[in-house]
Amino acid sequence: MKLLWELFFSFFQIGLFSIGGGYAAIPLIQNQIVDIHGWLTLNEFSDLVTIAEMTPGAIALNASTFVGTRIAGFPGAILATAGCVAPALIIVSALAWMYYRFRSISVIKDVLQSLRPAVVAMIASAGLSILILSLWDGKGFSTNIGDLNVLSLLLFVGAFVVLRKWKTNPILTMLVCGVIGTLYYNLF
Amino acid sequence: MGTKKERLSRLWALFCSVLYLNTFTFGGGFVIISLMKKKFVDEKRWIEEDEMLDLAAIAQSSPGSIAINSSILVGYKVGGAAGTIVAVLATVLPPLIILTAISFFYEAFRDNRWIAGMLKGMQACVAAIVLEVACSMGMNFVAEKQIRSCVVMAAAFAAVFFLEVNVIYVIVICIVLGIAHSAVPLLRQRSKQKKGGERREP
Repeated sequence: MKLLWELFFSFFQIGLFSIGGGYAAIPLIQNQIVDIHGWLTLNEFSDLVTIAEMTPGAIALNASTFVGTRIAGFPGAILATAGCVAPALIIVSALAWMYYRFRSISVIKDVLQSLRPAVVAMIASAGLSILILSLWDGKGFSTNIGDLNVLSLLLFVGAFVVLRKWKTNPILTMLVCGVIGTLYYNLF
Repeated sequence: MGTKKERLSRLWALFCSVLYLNTFTFGGGFVIISLMKKKFVDEKRWIEEDEMLDLAAIAQSSPGSIAINSSILVGYKVGGAAGTIVAVLATVLPPLIILTAISFFYEAFRDNRWIAGMLKGMQACVAAIVLEVACSMGMNFVAEKQIRSCVVMAAAFAAVFFLEVNVIYVIVICIVLGIAHSAVPLLRQRSKQKKGGERREP
């Protein structure tokens, strides 16, 4: 029982203090799980990060389930997940309420209007980072054509054109690319 | 908000959409934002494009992961408090189920070549999805000739992508700019009024 409470509280802190999500949360998760509680070794933790990247969903949520299951079975997974979600549920619900109540005030309108293009820029930046990761296999941008992953380039261009011109279902498009990828890398 | 039956069917549709997106979303928070834009703005028309960008800004600058925060916001918009709960459940379930299953044989999963090849193929498409959404939204600012927005967009992109500035700082700067933009004309007006009043006194 004490263990379940500790799990909940640990992930509550992760949920509360990880602003910006994703990779920003990793050091925080490591601090709670490896350094403070010793629930995973550093090796297990790096496996966790790899798996979190390979599976859908937020890294913090994946970590909650993975650690919770290992420490206290399925109830552990539920409690850790609940802890992870609780701070956002309180804070973001309050912000949602405030947004819909106050967004027509002129100062707030101006603030939102200058935030929107910045958000588009952040989305573009995130997309380009993923593209570089994909085209150069995580080795970073280089001008050497030999380093370029040609299949990734073809899939990217194909997917982009198809999404833009025919507005295909994004998830279906992604799965088709996944099937082409796995066939190519394992059969040729 | 319509009858009880309509509300329930809307909540059910919300649950299914969020569950579907979270089951198939690989990569960081902006991937889910891009997919939500396609689903809730373009397809379902539950949310307007500007509104989606506002929600993304709030999700990014609040504590917690973007996937959870954006679900809470979208859920609140679509179905109030009940919508929030439904959307959070749909966000939490996929990782809970998938990771529980994987934690029993995670070494086999991690080292599987078929899965690795599949993820490599999907990664290229994820980049295409996110960049396509960014393009179509960015083009709107250009097409509408919103010069201020275009300048902010270019500057924010340079800061985040090339200078690797933390996005939180970019958000704070934009908030300050927005306040300044609405405060400056007000202050100017007020000082004019003051001067006018002083002149009339003697």
